[in-house]
Amino acid sequence: MKELVCIVCPKGCRLHVDEENGFAVTGNSCPRGAEYGKNELQNPTRVLTSTVKISGALHSRCPVKTDRPVAKGKMFDVMRELAAVELQAPVAVGDIVLSDIAGTGANLIAAKTMNLQ
Amino acid sequence: MIYDVIVVGGGPAGLAAACSAYDNGARHILILERDRELGGILNQCIHNGFGLHYFKEELTGPEYAGRFVDLLRKTTTEVRLDTMVLSVTPEREVHAVSAAEGYQVYRAKSVILAMGCRERTRGAIAIPGDRPAGVFTAGTAQRYLNMEGYMVGRRVLILGSGDIGLIMARRMTLEGAKVLACVEVMPYSGGLMRNIVQCLQDYEIPLYLSHTITNVEGRGRVESATVCRVDENRRPIPGTEMQFDCDTILLSVGLIPENELTRAAGIEIDPRTNGAVVYENMETSLPGVFACGNVAHVHDLVDFVTAESMRAGKAAAAFAFGLQPENAAVTELKNGNGVTYTVPQHIRPERIEKAADVFFRVNRICGASEIVVADGERQLCAFPRDHLAPGEMEHIMIPRKLLGEVPPAQLTVSIREKQA
Amino acid sequence: MYDTIIVGCGIIGAAAAFALSLQEGSVLVLEKENDIATGATRANSAIIHAGYDPEPGTKMARLNVRGAALAKELCSALSVPYAQIGSLVLAFSEEEMSTVRELYERGVQNGVPGLQVLSAEETRAMEPNVSEQVQGALYAPSAAIVNPWEYALALAETAVRNGAEIRRSCPVVSIRKTADGWAVGTAQGTFEARTVINAAGVESEEIHDMVLPHSFHILPSRGEYYLMDKSEGGRAGHVLFQCPSALGKGVLVSPTVHGNLIVGPNAVAAVDKTRVNTTGAGLEFVRSTAVKSVPSLNFRSSIRNFAGMRANSDRDDFILEEHDGFIDLAGIKSPGLSSAPAIAEEALAMVQKSGVFRSKKQNAVVTRQKRHFNLQDETGKRAMIAENPLYGRVICRCETVTEGEILDAIHSPVPPCSVDGVKRRCNAGMGRCQGGFCGPRVLEILSRELNIAPESVKKDLDGSEILLGENKNV
Repeated sequence: MKELVCIVCPKGCRLHVDEENGFAVTGNSCPRGAEYGKNELQNPTRVLTSTVKISGALHSRCPVKTDRPVAKGKMFDVMRELAAVELQAPVAVGDIVLSDIAGTGANLIAAKTMNLQ
Repeated sequence: MIYDVIVVGGGPAGLAAACSAYDNGARHILILERDRELGGILNQCIHNGFGLHYFKEELTGPEYAGRFVDLLRKTTTEVRLDTMVLSVTPEREVHAVSAAEGYQVYRAKSVILAMGCRERTRGAIAIPGDRPAGVFTAGTAQRYLNMEGYMVGRRVLILGSGDIGLIMARRMTLEGAKVLACVEVMPYSGGLMRNIVQCLQDYEIPLYLSHTITNVEGRGRVESATVCRVDENRRPIPGTEMQFDCDTILLSVGLIPENELTRAAGIEIDPRTNGAVVYENMETSLPGVFACGNVAHVHDLVDFVTAESMRAGKAAAAFAFGLQPENAAVTELKNGNGVTYTVPQHIRPERIEKAADVFFRVNRICGASEIVVADGERQLCAFPRDHLAPGEMEHIMIPRKLLGEVPPAQLTVSIREKQA
Repeated sequence: MYDTIIVGCGIIGAAAAFALSLQEGSVLVLEKENDIATGATRANSAIIHAGYDPEPGTKMARLNVRGAALAKELCSALSVPYAQIGSLVLAFSEEEMSTVRELYERGVQNGVPGLQVLSAEETRAMEPNVSEQVQGALYAPSAAIVNPWEYALALAETAVRNGAEIRRSCPVVSIRKTADGWAVGTAQGTFEARTVINAAGVESEEIHDMVLPHSFHILPSRGEYYLMDKSEGGRAGHVLFQCPSALGKGVLVSPTVHGNLIVGPNAVAAVDKTRVNTTGAGLEFVRSTAVKSVPSLNFRSSIRNFAGMRANSDRDDFILEEHDGFIDLAGIKSPGLSSAPAIAEEALAMVQKSGVFRSKKQNAVVTRQKRHFNLQDETGKRAMIAENPLYGRVICRCETVTEGEILDAIHSPVPPCSVDGVKRRCNAGMGRCQGGFCGPRVLEILSRELNIAPESVKKDLDGSEILLGENKNV
């Protein structure tokens, strides 16, 4: 039996995951918590948020995120790949910045609409 | 021209308040925002975790703000950016300046204060030592990194386990900095548990509880910091010193509502929240002036800011149209055992539709407990909780029907911990 | 060849430069740091003392009373925040009451105007927040509070308007005698002058020893302070001293000209005079001593701590001496700030012995205008914005400092080159958020106006860069 804190939402449920019984989860208060508990012990993933360079906008960085969780072990690979990106304003929220980033299958998408100044 | 509602501040509280004022009939709405864009602090909070309550999905800060900016665009709200409000008068005149429009006096039927909060600084907690560059509040560092694209440090020590500090520990690590440790003076973290897990534990950053920084050294730039264990009175214990060679110290040691305008307007301030004393609809002691979001009390979840600000926006619209009954009886909410404050501080039961939303914080970590609302010895209602922590704001709803025909003069909110 | 070179641009160097700049002659001021007034001048109690404290007959006694009177006129003419709020020396015992009576006698001998010995009731009527233990006090109505770095800046700026030159980041490394004066070797080359004024503060001993046989020793003394939020500014209406001891004037509680409250200092013999750090023990001492005067002090309203270094010496008096055109203005301990313009008069008289600065300059600038947007009424604010729209863009929200004011400072005769330099000139970042919000904006403005990369902008002195470069640099 493994104990962990659910990070799906700010509630922070204390989960118990039974590795010997098909990773059955107790202590969760929603189905997403159960899914998190199962995955966290077998294949932990996170949504990665970061920034990329942008020119022509009010600020010199545009916030971005992966459009789905990526393997925890891939975080720094994703960071390395997105560091090379340079956007040009205008950019709309949801625009794909890089597809299949670092071979994770996730797309990197813009998290903010940034107009040309 | 007299606006129905003027909103001071275009962050999450101001945006929600303006949208809600519109939804409740106000048409002449003005938002005055000091920054060059709407969204407030959400623009630099590029991490996710926002919106789970309100939008039922996980958004980043800029996305959450963007959703509300889109909603606002569908209303008739006017927005003045790069505009600083200098004063709000009891007559609800708002004096503001900007480079574009100079000195302006805007008049309104009701005013919503939504100026947010600021960070506690090194000076506020009197950290001894040299005063080199490299000591930042976590939020300032966050702005430099996330919006302007600058590294503020390579070897980082974080003081305080507030959420912004935890989030910055992960951000700086991902950007290639070495975060040496997070140091917290209290025996528990001030941040959300999920942030301890995904920002510190994920990256094997040690968290030192009951520790503090006792000295900062560095000529031009921070060169090192001394960390000590503290006793139960938060006094450093000699002989427990640890030296960290760092070039940067980030402070995440609390937020303070920014109430200079509020104080200058003569509005009553609650010393427990550092925000205005408010009624159930977020109206302050000055009729027609409302306060919501972090200027009223510091929140940890933007979703709660939104919900609270929508109440303020609705009430401000009602006030503008003269729809509020006068001379309602007032029930005072008192903090009892384990509770540090409540917002609102006063409720007017006859103005409550179904239930009064009450936010509060506890003063210690509690296991399985009941939140008890009582009129003297008489318990009105109780709400069970598995776990309570000072870093996590609590929310209860007191049903109006429990308040009876003759509402009590006082209600006490307290914690009853179940015996382990 | 200059008529004089002044080494050091703290309050003493700046006052001397100003006094000399009113006369015909050429002045060069050499400042080691990247800004003026970064030593004792920026970190002290910010008090113009009345002058009852120094031993009668000393230079300190004479120059304090004279300097305090001159300060009042100068601050008014040069637009320096100054308020004559008076001071009280609180006595907590009958023994201290006799000290108060001694100070009264000394003050009368020194020519301090208006001194009064107050009873406990009279003291509390004047200062309702003082301790119940107070037995009485010495009231000195001529004591004042001032903005010390603005005072130095105003003097230096006006000197520059009158033709004086200031070189910053220009430490002096050697001084030697030449046929007709002195050659001063610096990091920026060698400069010659007929006379040299040593106003180098804690480093005046080293400067003296470059020229003359060793004759005094600087014993730097570190003092630590609390600066409290404006919400605490009303806690005291006067400068509240405790009875002086061998260690100095003790811990005071006083309003500042900005409306904050200052509490401190302690006095610790400094091991390293270049390190103005605070310590846990020092701050604890300040707290526990200050509450003796004002028990209700709320240290949770602290917005800043700092320490300053007094240039105390092994002599009992200021060292104001001239040898062959080399003039020491050294050992300027308290009441140095109060005495500064009177010390400058002495300096002028000493350089004049070498035949320079003998005649008054025609049309010398003797006034200075400095406007703070937040101190204007609505009409004044409207007028400023009409003149320049950038007075309508507020950069520092705590102190309501506008971009227009910051640009004025950056294009002034002694411009800032750091974020703290802007703070000292405009108050941006002086408030309760301590630059958390406006720091990035000020940095951006400095980068733009000085045409330097953001990562080159310094917080304060050399080596205090704020940013370590761009991220995403792959």
